Amino acid sequence: MGFVGYLRFFWRQLTSMRTALFLLLLLAIAAVPGSLVPQRSSDPNGVLQYFTNNPTLAPVLDSVQGFDVYSSAWFSAIYLLLFVSLIGCVVPRTLHHWRALRSKPPKTPARLERLEGFTSVDVAAGDVTATAAIESARGILKKSGYRVRLFGADGGQLSVSAERGYLRETGNLVFHFSLIGVLISVGIGGGFGYSGQKVIVEGDSFANVLLSYESFLPGRFFDESVLQPYRLSLDKFTPTYEQDNPAAMGQPIDYEADVTTYENGSDVGTPAVIKVNDPLRVAGSDVYLLGNGYAPVITVRDGQGNVAFSDAVAFLPQDANLMSLGVIKVPDALPEQIGMIGFFYPSLAESADGQLVSNFPDLINPTLSLRVFTGDLGLDAGIPRSVYSLATDNMTEVAGRTANTPAIELVPGQTVDLPGGIGTVTFENRSPAGTPASDLSQSVPRFASLDIHRDPSQGWVLVFALLVLAGLMTSLFIPRRRVWVKAVEKEDGSLRLEYAGLARGEDPVLEKAVHEIAERHSQQLGLKLLP
Amino acid sequence: MTDFFVSSSLIAIWSAMSVYTLAFIMFTLDLAKRSASAQALPTSAADARSAAASVSGTSRAAASRAEGGDTIVLDKPPVVAKPVYRYKFERIAFALTVVAWVVHVAGVVLRGLAQGHVPWSNMFEFSLTATAIIVGVFIGVQFWQNLKFLGAYITGFSLIALGVGTVNFYTDVRPLPPALQSAWLVIHVFVAVLGTSFFALGAGLSITQLLQARRASSKAAGLKFLQTLPGADALENLAYRVIVVGFVFWTFTLIAGAVWAERAWGRYWGWDTKEVWTFIIWTIFAGYLHARATRGWRGGRSAWLAIVGFGAVLFNFTIVNLFFKGLHAYSGL
Repeated sequence: MGFVGYLRFFWRQLTSMRTALFLLLLLAIAAVPGSLVPQRSSDPNGVLQYFTNNPTLAPVLDSVQGFDVYSSAWFSAIYLLLFVSLIGCVVPRTLHHWRALRSKPPKTPARLERLEGFTSVDVAAGDVTATAAIESARGILKKSGYRVRLFGADGGQLSVSAERGYLRETGNLVFHFSLIGVLISVGIGGGFGYSGQKVIVEGDSFANVLLSYESFLPGRFFDESVLQPYRLSLDKFTPTYEQDNPAAMGQPIDYEADVTTYENGSDVGTPAVIKVNDPLRVAGSDVYLLGNGYAPVITVRDGQGNVAFSDAVAFLPQDANLMSLGVIKVPDALPEQIGMIGFFYPSLAESADGQLVSNFPDLINPTLSLRVFTGDLGLDAGIPRSVYSLATDNMTEVAGRTANTPAIELVPGQTVDLPGGIGTVTFENRSPAGTPASDLSQSVPRFASLDIHRDPSQGWVLVFALLVLAGLMTSLFIPRRRVWVKAVEKEDGSLRLEYAGLARGEDPVLEKAVHEIAERHSQQLGLKLLP
Repeated sequence: MTDFFVSSSLIAIWSAMSVYTLAFIMFTLDLAKRSASAQALPTSAADARSAAASVSGTSRAAASRAEGGDTIVLDKPPVVAKPVYRYKFERIAFALTVVAWVVHVAGVVLRGLAQGHVPWSNMFEFSLTATAIIVGVFIGVQFWQNLKFLGAYITGFSLIALGVGTVNFYTDVRPLPPALQSAWLVIHVFVAVLGTSFFALGAGLSITQLLQARRASSKAAGLKFLQTLPGADALENLAYRVIVVGFVFWTFTLIAGAVWAERAWGRYWGWDTKEVWTFIIWTIFAGYLHARATRGWRGGRSAWLAIVGFGAVLFNFTIVNLFFKGLHAYSGL
């Protein structure tokens, strides 16, 4: 067979329908594991959790890219092969269709009896001539959208050959090419786009430069210069919670982030609102509201009375009533660094078993409970540390579970001495001036967690996806068929009209269509039908 | 007022379930009756019909000349004399299904009024609405083709779904969470259910097709009522035509879901578990369409693909919703 022969054999195998079908089903099966095991792309914390829970299985799965199924070598291999097979199939078909589009319907087969929907009508001599019958059939077919061609004008049997539904194949090709379009534009978007996360506390602002992002996922070809200079400030975050319905008490009804954007270093801002299903499109990127929580303002003074820390600290919500977990690191405290792990309860309550809980997500009874550690925060070693976790290995607990002093509890406006005279901690009350002391509903600022995305090709993905749909509908619902009408002149001068069709692709109503044409033809020729 | 809507909705749903149960019994009796009638026949109707199908390709509409005039008789293709059954049970069953469906739809509408938004924002409501749409499509399809023989399958399926939904998934009336406050909730979910309905019918036809094919291959065995149903080829064609519609809806729902995901979650596709399964289902049915054009895959194999595909749809609604972690966490449980 030779090398080229093998290549040709292989190519023919790859582009066969059987292979395409096999790859399609393989793709469906290969997509399953990614839904059983957490994926780094959609659930990175789930992956970490999986490693903790399954210490032996997880590395094995990881070695076969089980946590990155959809970008894995084997998954990519399947869909790339599928697309190569698809291209190998549709390119020749396009050429073939191009020729078919410009060619006339084929010659009428000699024997129509074997074809689908064969119908024949005997006409008495002198009723109608063959020429008139075929001419009228041609008219009917043409009006029904058929491309028609006459045969037998130069003697022989008169017939009309007709074909319709070229759009079916066009739609089919559009469908397949648009799938390639989707794949390519998804790839481009992933390469040139980016996504970043930013937590903003009410009153703060964020400048669109790489350093201000908390986390940033650039595409492979990302260039920092696409980050357009703009600033966005979070003026106010307003959640609305259900307060009447006992079955849904505290369930969020609405989140609204009031922001102001300043483009190109301008001081004149544009106010805007971001909601969950209503992102803000600004300077080529889209800003989404994906999360929110409380950011208690905490001030820590060291043993000498110096302010060692004063900032709003975002506490991450742990449950629906916004019991939140946060970490405060005070590297500048003297003589020793101070670290605190705390829970914030917007509406403190005690559960039946004596645990502290929050029973409503709004600020009804805000309380902060802090465990305090002293020692080395481990920040000086240059190892990146998450702001949401505290490494307590080299620290001593001075207030909390393992210490002599219980955890510190604070309400807004309260200052408490830290044990051992190492300083004080204050839970600042940020209520606007003039608010009565009993009203704590605005005492703690909130934060909004924003996702900022840029995907330069997502419009193209949508265009191709819609073309996929349009192509699909065209290719499934437009029948492609050939129909022939033949007038056979008999020796006694009578005429037999023959009708038959040929399906090109799925055409479940072909027979009916041929019969309808026969009936209409009879009617037009004035051949009255008996009931 | 809400309480009134909630309780009357539940009353309507339970009433609908009782009537569906009667309809199911009647449809089953109809199948039994068909078996009995089929036994009484010397040659089965299905064999006759499939024979008719193979003949009709070459059948000629004989035209005969009427006396003394130019009148031509254009016959329809010869119709094999159908055995006369009394489809009494089928008619009763179908009438009961329509009655149950009207009450069912009333229950769904009342639930929607109680909620103040579309009644498919959690699994309980989704069960109510999805079954209503499935039965609605089943009823509507009868105007196009007589598929009443699927009645036992459809009412049985809806009964189970309604029962599990009402007993196991029941949730109180709750406000719509911010993530669901979008017009796409109406479009995306509704079309998904429409697609599901057609896949359900397609799976029913494919199951019947497999049974019919088995009956044809081993003459002796088989369920007798199958003799009164269309042949395997006709069933395969019907299944194809139904599934094709489902596939278009499914493609649309996939795209609409992506558009919504872009607005709500900031990306149009993120391999969330629900997205993965929607993709898997799409791929299986794409495989089904290709199988129809592949030699050796027509018939039984493509029928199995249709059944597996519908199985994946059910899996996506039940197992994925309840046990898989993902962003589509709206079961309300």
